[in-house]
Amino acid sequence: MRFAVLVFPGTWSDRDCQYVLRDRLGHQADLVWHRQTDLDGYDAVVVPGGFSYGDYLRCGAIARFAPVMAAVRRHAQAGRPVIGSCNGLQILCEAGLLPGALLRNDSLQFRCQPQHVRVERQDTGFTSACREQQALLLPISHGQGNYSADDETLALLEKEGRVLFRYCDAAGRVTPESNPNGSRNNIAGVMNAAGTVMGMMPHPERASEALLGGEDGLLIWRSMIDRWG
Amino acid sequence: MGLTMTDDAPSPVSEAVLQQLALSHDEYRRAREQLGRDPTPVELGMIGALWSEHCGYKHSKPLFRAFPTEGPRVLTALGAENAGAVDIGDGWVVVMKIESHNHPSAIEPYQGAATGVGGIVRDIFAMGARPIAILDSLRFGPLTDAHNRQLFSGVVAGVGGYGNCLGIPNVGGETIFGPGYGGNPLVNAMCVGIARREELVSATAQGAGNVLLLVGADTGRDGLHGATFASVELDERSRERRPAVQVGNPFMEKLLLEACLELVREHPDWFVGLQDLGAAGLTSSSVECADRGGVGVAIDVARVPRRESGMTPYDVMLSESQERMLVIVKRDHVADVRRLFARWELETAEVGEVTDDGVARVRDGDHEVAAVSVSLLMDPPLYEPEGWPDPKTIALASFDPATLPDVADSSAALLTLLASPNIADKRWVTRQYDHQVLTNTVIVPGSDAGVLRIKGSRRALALCTDGSGRAVMLDPRAGAARSVAEAARNVACTGAVPTAVTDCLNFGNPERPEVYYQLSQAVLGIAEACRALGTPVVSGNVSLYNESSGTAVTPTPVIGMLGVIEDVNQIVPMGFQEDGDAIVLLGGSADQPAATLGGSEYLAVLHGTEAGPVAVDLEAEAALVQFLVGTATLGLLRSAHDCSDGGLAVALAESAIAGDVGAECAEVLLGDRRDAALYGEAGARAVVTVLPESLADLEALAARHGVPSTSLGTVGGPRLRLGHGGVDVPLAAAAEAYRNGLERALGV
Repeated sequence: MRFAVLVFPGTWSDRDCQYVLRDRLGHQADLVWHRQTDLDGYDAVVVPGGFSYGDYLRCGAIARFAPVMAAVRRHAQAGRPVIGSCNGLQILCEAGLLPGALLRNDSLQFRCQPQHVRVERQDTGFTSACREQQALLLPISHGQGNYSADDETLALLEKEGRVLFRYCDAAGRVTPESNPNGSRNNIAGVMNAAGTVMGMMPHPERASEALLGGEDGLLIWRSMIDRWG
Repeated sequence: MGLTMTDDAPSPVSEAVLQQLALSHDEYRRAREQLGRDPTPVELGMIGALWSEHCGYKHSKPLFRAFPTEGPRVLTALGAENAGAVDIGDGWVVVMKIESHNHPSAIEPYQGAATGVGGIVRDIFAMGARPIAILDSLRFGPLTDAHNRQLFSGVVAGVGGYGNCLGIPNVGGETIFGPGYGGNPLVNAMCVGIARREELVSATAQGAGNVLLLVGADTGRDGLHGATFASVELDERSRERRPAVQVGNPFMEKLLLEACLELVREHPDWFVGLQDLGAAGLTSSSVECADRGGVGVAIDVARVPRRESGMTPYDVMLSESQERMLVIVKRDHVADVRRLFARWELETAEVGEVTDDGVARVRDGDHEVAAVSVSLLMDPPLYEPEGWPDPKTIALASFDPATLPDVADSSAALLTLLASPNIADKRWVTRQYDHQVLTNTVIVPGSDAGVLRIKGSRRALALCTDGSGRAVMLDPRAGAARSVAEAARNVACTGAVPTAVTDCLNFGNPERPEVYYQLSQAVLGIAEACRALGTPVVSGNVSLYNESSGTAVTPTPVIGMLGVIEDVNQIVPMGFQEDGDAIVLLGGSADQPAATLGGSEYLAVLHGTEAGPVAVDLEAEAALVQFLVGTATLGLLRSAHDCSDGGLAVALAESAIAGDVGAECAEVLLGDRRDAALYGEAGARAVVTVLPESLADLEALAARHGVPSTSLGTVGGPRLRLGHGGVDVPLAAAAEAYRNGLERALGV
C-alpha cells in the first residue's frame, strides 16, 4: 500500500508515521512536502501530528491553506482514505473535511500521557482489526484536544455512528474522570459520513511497538491496510 | 537605557558603562593596553561580552584542568565545540550538553525557560546531530511562597512549550525545591543528539573569502547584554532587566533545525562551519568560529536584517535575538545554501566574510566601528581567587543527627516523605512535556533514567541529571562527588554503562571567598568521581552570580549523565515485576549509623534541618555500578532502583508503586536507629529484584565482586512492610501520598 505522509513546516510526527508504515509494516510511505499539489498514485494520506506553522494562529488554521490540502480534498472526494492524528485532526477539522473544532484542554495545560480510548464501531475501514468496544491504550500529547461541536452536529455524529473513539478508563468505561481534555461526549476520534476520512487526537504511531510500551496502534494501521491495501 | 554611545564617546569610560558590561577597571585597563588605544564603544561591548563569566569562564576555566576530559570514546576537547561528542560504537555518535538559563527565568519564567531549551537545542544541531532528547533540571524556592509557585509553573510551561513545539521528547531531569533557591530559580536544560560519525561538523571559520551567512530570525534589541546579565547578581532592580530576556519562536527553530540538518546530511561540501548564536549573539558566534579556524572575520552590520529601526552597530553585534544560526559558506556555494534555506522559508543574509588577518572587524557600511584581534577577545583574564569555607557551613556539617530522637512512627514518616514535593511523583511536571515523539522512548520520565532506543542499532541510551545542592552546601567536595555517583548509579540501574558527563555549575558570586571555595571544591569532587567512575566530562556550562538580594543560591552542580546499554532488550525497569520475586539491597545492609541522615530529605522534611555530615565512597560506588551493569547484562535483574533521596524505605516504596505490587520485608533488622535504617542516605546502594531461584546466584556473584548484599524479602501483597517495628502501610496509601503530593503542595 502507498501512503503519503504530509509534512508541513512544524510537523513532527511525519517520521514516526513513516517508520511504522515503512519499517515496521513494510509498506511504501513517502514524506510529501506541503507545497506538492498532487497526490496521484497514493492509496492513503496521513496527516501527522506537530505544530504546523507553529500553531501560532488557531491549530491547523494556516495549514488548511497549504497547496497540498487541495490535493487532499480531491483525494478524499474520490473516496480514498485520509487519516489524521493530533495536529492532523485539527487540520482536517479546519479544512472542513471533518466536523467540529479542537479547543484548549480544559486543564489549560499540555497533556502527554498514556490514554485508553474505546472503539465505538468495529465495522469501519479504520477499526476492523479491533474488537467492538475494545479499550485501546494510545498515547496522547496535545494542548488543544478538547473536541467541540454544536449540539446539532454532535447529535448527527452520534446518530450516524461517526464517533469512532471515546476516552475511557482501562475497563472501557466512558467517564468524566477518563476525559483528559474536556472533549464533548469524551470524543477522541471522528470520521466523515462516507467513512473514508478519520481524525483522532491520540497517536497510533506511538503505540506500534512492544518495546515502546504497546502495539494497540497497529490495529488502526492494519485495519486501513486490510480495507484499502 | 542601553549603551547607545556614539563612536567618539569620551574616554575613560564611566563607572556606569563598565558596570553595564560587567567589566572591572583593571579589565578595562588590560584591554586598553593590549589594544594600544582606547577601545571604541562597539569594541568595548564585544570585549565585555566575551570576557564575561558567561562567555569567558574567567573564574572557572582554571579549575577545569582537574576534570578528566579524555577517553577512547571522546571525540571533542572540552569547550572546543558547541557540545561534547562521544562515540558509542557502530559509527554512531552522541552529542550532549547542559546549559543554564537561570537569570532570564527569574525575571520572565516562561520565556526564560523556553529560550533556555532553544539555546541548548541549537548547540546540538550546530554539531550536525539530530536532537533526540531534552532533560531539564530545575530548582525553586519552597512552594509555600506564591512567587515560587508562579516561577515553577511558568518555567515548566516554558520548557514544555518550546520542546513540544520542536518535537523533541523530554525524557528526564529533576525538580527540586529548597529554601536556598527562593527568588533565584535554577533552570538547566540538557540536550542530547545523535549523528553518524562522518556527519559531525565543526563551528569553525576557514578559508579567506568564504561567507558568513546569518540565517533565521531578524535581529532586534531583545536580549541585549544577556551575557553580562548572566554574570551579575540579581537584585531588586533586576526586573528592569526584562529587556535582556529574549522571546522564543520554537517554530522558527524547528525550521532551522530541519534546514541545517538537511545541509549537513545532503551537502557537506557547501560549507565549512556551523554555529548557533547564543549569548553575545553575533559577536561570540563569529569570533569563536574565527578563533577555532585561526582566521579573522569582517562583518558589515548594515547587512544584518533588523527587527526594529534605530539599532546601533553595538546593538546589532550584541543582540541575543533567538533562532539565528551562522553558516560559514564556501564562496562558490552561497547561492545553493541560500536556496536550501529559502525552501524552509528562512531568511538569509551575507553579513561578512572570513579574512586571514586574525582580526575581528566590524563595519557599518563604509565606516569601521571595531577592529580587535581575535586572540585578545578570546583571551579573557583568568582569576583564581582565594576561597575558604563559611564557618556557618562548617557548623552545620558537624551537626550530629544522633542527637535527635529516633523516629516515633515510621509509617507516618514514610507517607510524609512520599508526599513531600522533592520525592513525590513529578507527573504534574512531566505530563506537560511530550516524552514520546520520535518514537524512541523506552523508559519515560519517573524512573532512575530515561531510556531511548536508537533506530538501526542494538544499543540504547540512558540519560539522567542529578545535583544534590544540599549535600554540596554542607560539603562541596563530597557532595559534588556524590551527585556524579548518583547519576552513574541511576543510569546503571537501567543496565547502562555510565559513559560521559556534561555538567552545569550553578553557584553564587565567585568573588566571595566562601562561594569560590564551594565552586573550586565542587569541581575537585566532580573530577575525582568522574575519574573513579570512568566518565569523562565532555561539555558543560557555568552559571555564577546566582544571588538574590545579597544571598548566594544553594551551590548546585548538576550532572548530566550519558549511559550506554549494549542491548536494547536488556533494559531493566524500576518497578517490581511479580509476586514472589526476591528483593535484595545491594551495597550495604539496612542497618546504618545516624550519620547517614546528614543532609537527608528526612532531616529536612521531618526535622526542618539541613545539616549533618556528607560522605561518599567512590570505590564502593564504582563497584556497585559495575555490578549493576554486569548483572543486567546477564539478564539476572527483574528490577533495579537507586537508593538515594529518602533512603531505603522510599526506594522500596517507589519500586512497589511503579510495579503496583507490595513488598514483604518485615524481617529486616533495622539496628539501633530506625530512622537511619529506613531514611538514611548512605551512598552506593540500590534495591534490586531477581527471580527467587536466582537469589543464590546473585548473592554469590555479589560476594565474588566485593559488593555487599542483603536479602530484604519478597515482592507481593497489598502492603509495604519493611523492618521489625518499621514501616507497615497499605500500598494504596503510599501510592496516594506519592502521586498527589506535588499537586497538594501546589494547592491545585
